[in-house]
Amino acid sequence: MSRQLFGFPGGIVLDDHKDRAAENPIEWLPLPPLLVLPLKQHAGLPAIPVVTEGQRVHYGQLLAKPAAGRSAGVHAPADGEISFIGLHPVPDDSNQYQPCIGICTDETGAHEEEELVDDVCLSDDDLRERIAQAGIVGLGGAGFPSAQKLTETPVKWLIINGAECEPYISCDDRLMQERAPAIIEGVQILARLLKPELVLFAIEDNKPAAITAVAEACHETNIELVVIPTKYPSGAQKQLIQNLLGFEIPRGKHSVDLGVVMYNTGTCYAIARAIAHSEPLLRRIVTVTGDAVDRPGNYDVAIGTPIEYVLQSAGLNPNKLRRVIMGGPIMGIALNELSAPVSKLTNCLIAAGPDELDETLAPRPCIRCGDCMEVCPASLLPQQLFWHIESEQHEKAAALDLAVCIECGACAYVCPSQIPLVQYYRHGKAVLRQQQQERLAAQQAKARFDAREQRLQQKQQQRAQRKLAAAPALTEPEPVTVAAVVVTKNDAEIDASKPVIAQHNDRLADVLAAAQRAKAKKQQTDATPPESSS
Amino acid sequence: MSLAISSPHRTRGERVGQVMRMVIYCTAPGMATLMAFFGWGSLFQVWLCILACVVGEAVVLSLRGRDPRHELKDCSAILTGLLLGLCLPPYAPWWIAISGSLFAIVVAKQLYGGLGMNPFNPAMVGYVFLLISFPIAMTSWTPPLALSATPPGLIDSIMLIATGNTWDGQSLQTLRAGIDGFTMATPLDHLRTDIAQGQMISEVVNQQVFGAFAGFGWEWVNLAFLIGGGVLLQQKIISWHIPIGLLTGLFGSALIFYVWNPDVYASPMFHLLTGGSMLGAFFIATDPVTACTSARGRWYYGLGIGVLVYVIRTFGGYPDAIAFAVLLLNLAAPTIDHYTVPRAYGQPSRKILAPVPSGTAPRSTADSATASRTQNKDPAS
Ligand code: SF4
Ligand code: SF4
Repeated sequence: MSRQLFGFPGGIVLDDHKDRAAENPIEWLPLPPLLVLPLKQHAGLPAIPVVTEGQRVHYGQLLAKPAAGRSAGVHAPADGEISFIGLHPVPDDSNQYQPCIGICTDETGAHEEEELVDDVCLSDDDLRERIAQAGIVGLGGAGFPSAQKLTETPVKWLIINGAECEPYISCDDRLMQERAPAIIEGVQILARLLKPELVLFAIEDNKPAAITAVAEACHETNIELVVIPTKYPSGAQKQLIQNLLGFEIPRGKHSVDLGVVMYNTGTCYAIARAIAHSEPLLRRIVTVTGDAVDRPGNYDVAIGTPIEYVLQSAGLNPNKLRRVIMGGPIMGIALNELSAPVSKLTNCLIAAGPDELDETLAPRPCIRCGDCMEVCPASLLPQQLFWHIESEQHEKAAALDLAVCIECGACAYVCPSQIPLVQYYRHGKAVLRQQQQERLAAQQAKARFDAREQRLQQKQQQRAQRKLAAAPALTEPEPVTVAAVVVTKNDAEIDASKPVIAQHNDRLADVLAAAQRAKAKKQQTDATPPESSS
Repeated sequence: MSLAISSPHRTRGERVGQVMRMVIYCTAPGMATLMAFFGWGSLFQVWLCILACVVGEAVVLSLRGRDPRHELKDCSAILTGLLLGLCLPPYAPWWIAISGSLFAIVVAKQLYGGLGMNPFNPAMVGYVFLLISFPIAMTSWTPPLALSATPPGLIDSIMLIATGNTWDGQSLQTLRAGIDGFTMATPLDHLRTDIAQGQMISEVVNQQVFGAFAGFGWEWVNLAFLIGGGVLLQQKIISWHIPIGLLTGLFGSALIFYVWNPDVYASPMFHLLTGGSMLGAFFIATDPVTACTSARGRWYYGLGIGVLVYVIRTFGGYPDAIAFAVLLLNLAAPTIDHYTVPRAYGQPSRKILAPVPSGTAPRSTADSATASRTQNKDPAS
């Protein structure tokens, strides 16, 4: 616990607002009549359905297999019948309709636990395979498939992220309090696969109960519990690494390149379930809170449960409801459609009452106060980025390292003029991405054009050669092709009276003489003592 | 771009007005001390300036089709008026305050586009405008009440500002006489003129108008502004870089010259506690709109002002140097910003912004350096 911390620049201290939901134990939420499972609940491409409409599926069955890249499988959280495969609102920042699989459930969801599997008797490859099969992605929000972080090469540091730095959210806190031994089990499986030199478990110091529980569970393991100060965004991957290990991830590199792998506590728990109970990722803990629900708390929810259903189960008071946020109040997204389901990445639902969140105000002009700069954990100049993007000078913003911005929103939180800074950065990044794509497309088009030109030229040459070969040879043609390169630029100098080959020889002599002169001159200057040159 | 509901959904709230008001409140100790030593004059100057600034801003905003009620709430016009009023001689005629304020708000602020767009500190632009246009009125400081032969009362103060004469017909010139009958200038003025006449510092500071460290009264005024500035720092309304940089620059340059020749150059303490040193350091130079933005940039910015204040006070021809120094560094702020971009997370080094011609590909400094190098490789072409 006495590990030295390195800190990170910027950051803000927020009211945590956690007590309301964090007080109550995790509650099991019964299954809804309809589950909707988005095919994309992870970083990469949507998963590919392997079931058809009308088919009966059973608990834990694979519904969609991972696509190529950073994709993960989707499993059925309950027995039932596939009611549709098609577009449905999903809870992500696009707020758009995306392909989903609907299941009409016909059971209550109470499942007998499968017999426990002891991970000791499984081989490393088996463990990897099981984690990959279970469709587990980083439950902290990034949605990176967990199995893909299990590199064969040993890593130096394995970090377990229990910081949970946004206000309101307490799902990891509760999970750590109640199920620390299972989390630690998951951590040990990861440690076995990754063979790190050091395993660090970081928790913010505003979660004393979780700290105690984890400390107890870590006892007699080689996992080191690190208590870090409460400061937003200490749970962001880069900031946590900087705080614990004292270095930054250079631009263009991933943490794993430097020997660091990080897992969220919820992910560790899911991995433990996947191994010990052979259970794919079917449920997750969701914090439900806000003034508009009567029974805020942490709920153990089947993935695919409509958000509306979750809120109603928590005692939603529609008259009070102003806005529903998925995630925390700083980085979360406002949801348009409450029929969207809980996904693997839904850690928190805030049913905000009238006075709970900011109304969108007309921003005032930037007064260049620099508050935003002081809190930026990436040491950027947020106000300058904002000016450049506002005046559509995106290249200047890029030159000021817009790409480094982690969109944590600390700057917008403190801005006295209420400028929606993060929105500008997202816009700027999108424009730059688009420009980049356009440039790439232009380059490809040019490459294609050049290749075609070359092909045509080659053909022409071949034709010419064929003609030459067909004609009776008058002179020796070989030297011409070699020296032609030198000559073409100086067509004007070609003396028509001389035979071509003689001209080439003249030209070559000229070039050689010039080279000689240059060499002599250089030797001369080199030999001249520097004093005499003045 | 569209501005949909976006994160963060909760913020510290809109605080521009709050920040400005806090600065306004923190001038109170200095203001009170100024009145205690120099009479009611400053209060009326401040009122006149605020009134002119607010009215001026409201008129321009309406002409520009903006909603004055919304924009005036940011209190920045009040602050500009207040700062200008604090810099004026307490019994300067009313039209000085009015014309200076209007120039500050209309020309230096609104013509540039209003809050956040002005490159120069409006109050200081107003001050310099007055100083250049009406040098006599602007340098007619009266002696502290305790040293004055005829200290003006409340009614006399109003009369003086409104008509130029007191109730019983005394003019400002008679008021400027000290108890011994000599016309009193500010300590800074005294220092300059007397030194120029070959007197030594030790002789000059024996005069009544000098106190323990600096000018009589002035040192207390400066200490009072220092207290207000301390509150601003403690409340995190301003960051320490500019004021501490300014005071360091001023103290440092004064120290060098003082150590070199204490007969001709006043002590560093004198410079810190005289004229507008503390007001300038904590309230004027810290105007965020016209200052540098990065922490390092602000430090250099403050330092630059401090050094310039000393240079202008000692070698220049103007009574107090804060206004000129601030405006000159306002001018330099973009350049300083240009060279003080902090190193962003995960980036190899601090970068100096390469001017990017608009419409070209984004290009880091490293890229443009390689580009120019490759260009240099084939000079023959
Ligand atoms: S916090 Fe807001 S007002 Fe202050 S400099 Fe940043 S963008 Fe401008
Ligand atoms: S959103 Fe970006 S610019 Fe703003 S504080 Fe976070 S990292 Fe810095």
